[in-house]
Amino acid sequence: MSVARYDAVVVGGGHNGLVCAAYLARAGRSVLVLEANPHVGGAAVTREFAPGFRVSAGAHLLHLMPKRLIAELNLSRHGLSMAATHMPTYALASGVGTVRIEAAARSASDGLTAADAQALPEFFGRMHTLAAALWPLLEGIPPRLGAGEWRDRLTMARLGIKLRLLGRRRLRELLRIAGMCVHDLLEEHFHSPLLKGALAFDAVLGTNYGPRSPGTVFTLLYRMAAEGAAGQGLAQPAGGLGALSEALESAASAAGAEIRTATPVQRILVDGERACGVRLESGEQVEAKCVISGADPRTTYLKLLGAEQLDAGFVRRITHLRTHGMTAKFHAALERMPTFLGIDGIPRGRVVLAPSPDAIERAFNHAKYGEFSASPVLEVVVPTSCDAALAPAGKHVLSAIVQYAPYQLREGWDSGRARFTDLILETLERHAPGLRAAVSATELLTPADIEAQFRISGGHWHHAELALDQFFTMRPVIGAAQYRAPVPGLYLCGAGTHPGGGVLGMGGRNAAQQVLREAR
Amino acid sequence: MSDTPPSGAGRTSRSSAREPHDVIVVGAGHNGLITACYLARAGLRVLVLERNPYIGGAAVSRELYNGFTYSNCSYVCSLLRTEIIRDLNLPAHGLQIIPYEGGCTLMRDGGYFALYDNHDALRREIARHSRKDAEAYDRFVRDMLRHCMFIKPLLLRAPPEPTTLTPHGIRELISFGRHFYRLGEERMAETMRFWTMSCADLLDEYFESEIIKAHLAGSSIIGTALGPRSPGTAYVLLHHYMGSIDGTVGAWGFARGGMGAITQALSAELRALGGQIRSEAPVQRILTRHGRAVGVQLASGEELRARTVVSNLDVRRTFLESMAPGDLPDEFLTQVRNFKIRGSSGKLNIALDGLPSFPAIPPGAPCIRGDMHVTDTIEMLERAYDDWKEGRWSRQPYVDMLIPTQIDPTMAPPGKHYMSVFVQYCPYQLAEGPWTEERRARFGSTVIDAIAQHSPNFKDLILHAEIRTPWELEKEVGLTEGNIFQGELTFDQLLFNRPIPGYAQYRSPIHGLYMCGSSTHPGGGVMGAPGFNAANAILGDLRR
Repeated sequence: MSVARYDAVVVGGGHNGLVCAAYLARAGRSVLVLEANPHVGGAAVTREFAPGFRVSAGAHLLHLMPKRLIAELNLSRHGLSMAATHMPTYALASGVGTVRIEAAARSASDGLTAADAQALPEFFGRMHTLAAALWPLLEGIPPRLGAGEWRDRLTMARLGIKLRLLGRRRLRELLRIAGMCVHDLLEEHFHSPLLKGALAFDAVLGTNYGPRSPGTVFTLLYRMAAEGAAGQGLAQPAGGLGALSEALESAASAAGAEIRTATPVQRILVDGERACGVRLESGEQVEAKCVISGADPRTTYLKLLGAEQLDAGFVRRITHLRTHGMTAKFHAALERMPTFLGIDGIPRGRVVLAPSPDAIERAFNHAKYGEFSASPVLEVVVPTSCDAALAPAGKHVLSAIVQYAPYQLREGWDSGRARFTDLILETLERHAPGLRAAVSATELLTPADIEAQFRISGGHWHHAELALDQFFTMRPVIGAAQYRAPVPGLYLCGAGTHPGGGVLGMGGRNAAQQVLREAR
Repeated sequence: MSDTPPSGAGRTSRSSAREPHDVIVVGAGHNGLITACYLARAGLRVLVLERNPYIGGAAVSRELYNGFTYSNCSYVCSLLRTEIIRDLNLPAHGLQIIPYEGGCTLMRDGGYFALYDNHDALRREIARHSRKDAEAYDRFVRDMLRHCMFIKPLLLRAPPEPTTLTPHGIRELISFGRHFYRLGEERMAETMRFWTMSCADLLDEYFESEIIKAHLAGSSIIGTALGPRSPGTAYVLLHHYMGSIDGTVGAWGFARGGMGAITQALSAELRALGGQIRSEAPVQRILTRHGRAVGVQLASGEELRARTVVSNLDVRRTFLESMAPGDLPDEFLTQVRNFKIRGSSGKLNIALDGLPSFPAIPPGAPCIRGDMHVTDTIEMLERAYDDWKEGRWSRQPYVDMLIPTQIDPTMAPPGKHYMSVFVQYCPYQLAEGPWTEERRARFGSTVIDAIAQHSPNFKDLILHAEIRTPWELEKEVGLTEGNIFQGELTFDQLLFNRPIPGYAQYRSPIHGLYMCGSSTHPGGGVMGAPGFNAANAILGDLRR
């Protein structure tokens, strides 16, 4: 039995775990990161899914990680570089046409009526102002409601002032739209179903909601706030998202953190009242002054820690967390570059196949009853259009995020997988004729696969649904939103903590701050 | 924009002796009448104008078939605030509310779930479906009561204005904040979760039996263009829970003689207080001069003057259809247009030759005297909503039916019965084209078939059926799109956002023009709180 003793042991080498480890190590703490898989990165990895074809297995774009975090950890010095930034969005609908939404100018160059073309920059301008005012809400450690600590009061007051500085008109607008459904908001501004479809798609991406579900404007604002702080638009790291994880690993190691892969943790150990280390599946024990879990809340509390360490009310709240994923990932190896109808040349951006909010809502209907969408909506990128190294010369990979694919498919994914893959290919073929014939291999990651491969209970890429009732002081649950578990010495830093997932890294950064604050 | 009340109204009312009326209320719905009563009580000379030949708005009793009285719009009572019933002497004017005993849900497989008044009987009934849920039910009711207790003090007062800078506004805001803060950490979080989560998620946290969840979820969709899985519907559930009859929170009852009894009692009180009501007097236009309300013009061309005008119409009707567009700021008009008022409910009023039989329910069970729902699962409710989104009435609608004549024999000839059938969902606009007689009849048969599945003799007993779509409700009562709440109860349209951010205190951009309908806080149902709050705002401005 080892007697190694660390200031902190981080369970899980996903991007948040690595960010947290890097910040702690930079502050001079001895840190050990334990990753179950043979490589770090969690769901932010680039891996080979067919001989010679590599793809970002989880998220395929990097657009939410704040530039401040990237700068603080010197990630560019540790090898992070972008193959593309400010990528445009193409919204396609067969028989209707194309709308191209420019990232930088935040305007649509073509495919829109004059009224919509004029309304779009106005809309983005307004939404970005509101989103920017929300950023402090996303950035910091959420205050504890009613605890009466000066720090929490200060946070609330700062937030209040920041919001008040929006001015009366904008603040009223924010208070009105924050709880609205994105369908209604878009109805107020635009006519083109295709444009509305593309904008609504961003609001529901990764959620268990449709455009008519109240609260989806909030998810859109969340995305815009993070994008604003990231400041590079839709971007694709050279080498895929795995390159980000490698840069984080390098930054953490350079600061002195120790990283062990292929080392699954079995149990978080509690000595009397305090978390004191972990036991590995190998039986080895690692002692530490504190344990920080990058795993999702359900796994951390119910599996690694054990319900017996917690009071019944807390356990009930954890079991009530909505953690079922609804988003699938699809990869295809292509013999040649696909040609999308309505896009001239190589698509060096993101292609959104969501013809209208109603079409997204219809796709969502199925998911409510445990079926996958009969006509799924997709975000498609061809990463090799900016980064040829991901495939053998002349060949390409296609990566798509597909809504909606429920975690618990009624018919079961064993039989559903082939049919859903076929549906996705059929949808792609409609927009890129000839694509199907160019496919040499495919891979479909359903939420069930995401659960199994990335050890995320429920397979939700945010670990827990990102909704108003699971946000801020209530993320993951009330009383534990400050990254601290009810058991002293145990912290959470994953996507299940504030402000959520989506390769943001703020959970890891804030958790590190909280640990440092308390150790002082 | 200004936070301060239009103080001019106070000065002018005292010098307006030459006008015959101090206040004109447009629309004799229950809220309009309540506002009128409170203003008359304060000594103002009030005139209420009603478009229809009868008063009451959507709280009416009408004889549309020989000897039968229909509560043909709203049909049950519980939300009406006890303070208002007491203040306005409604029992003295003949209002009698009879609580009904329980209710039930009928399943397509022949099963049923009954809700009883008697706690032991109810526990036994729930345990028949799930023992675990019998335990959970007490916890559920306790938590719902807590949420009711939190919201209750907020009903009979104007919402605070979050952007206010006036001392009074800030005081209101702080008092609201304190009310919330006093809950303590856990309850604050529970309250915030509750206000934003979906009814389906809420019920999943308590229950495992589909039928119990479906029974309870019914209230979360009534009148709204949302499904039980839409975030925010837990609040709608509460909205239907927070009524009280004789202090029993959540209890529902019949008004003896139909819902018109409420508005009749209100009009009796108004007349006793010296107020006047003119029916068949449709208002064409609310008149303004220099940004002040000065009176109204009737469709006949007649002009009536008053320094204070109160609109009981929904905000769209008030500002878009009853005013000259140039009278209001553009930004305000845009916000009015963006206010969501969606028709989603239908109604059947049926005269029956006798009491229909419901073989699933044990003979003599009291639940047949309460509200009977037809639904199986939350999924069925959600699918019914999916139909609405596609612009068609639900193929398997959620039906909430009552036979009030079992308790109140005044509504039908001896031996015969009146049945009120509320239907969710029914769209205002059909995808297949405009509503026609033929389509309306098809909608009616969909509902009648759904009921007949559970009652073999039901169809044979039907003497007359009035079939109402949102379209009829709009035409007859004047509710935009036939929305029974005068605006969706989603959280972008609640509290300080209702009806329009910055105008949640019953005032409008026009000095002397007020709103008192269900478009305002705290929203619809025959609750009367908007009317009460509007009267308070007006009296405050008039310094009375």
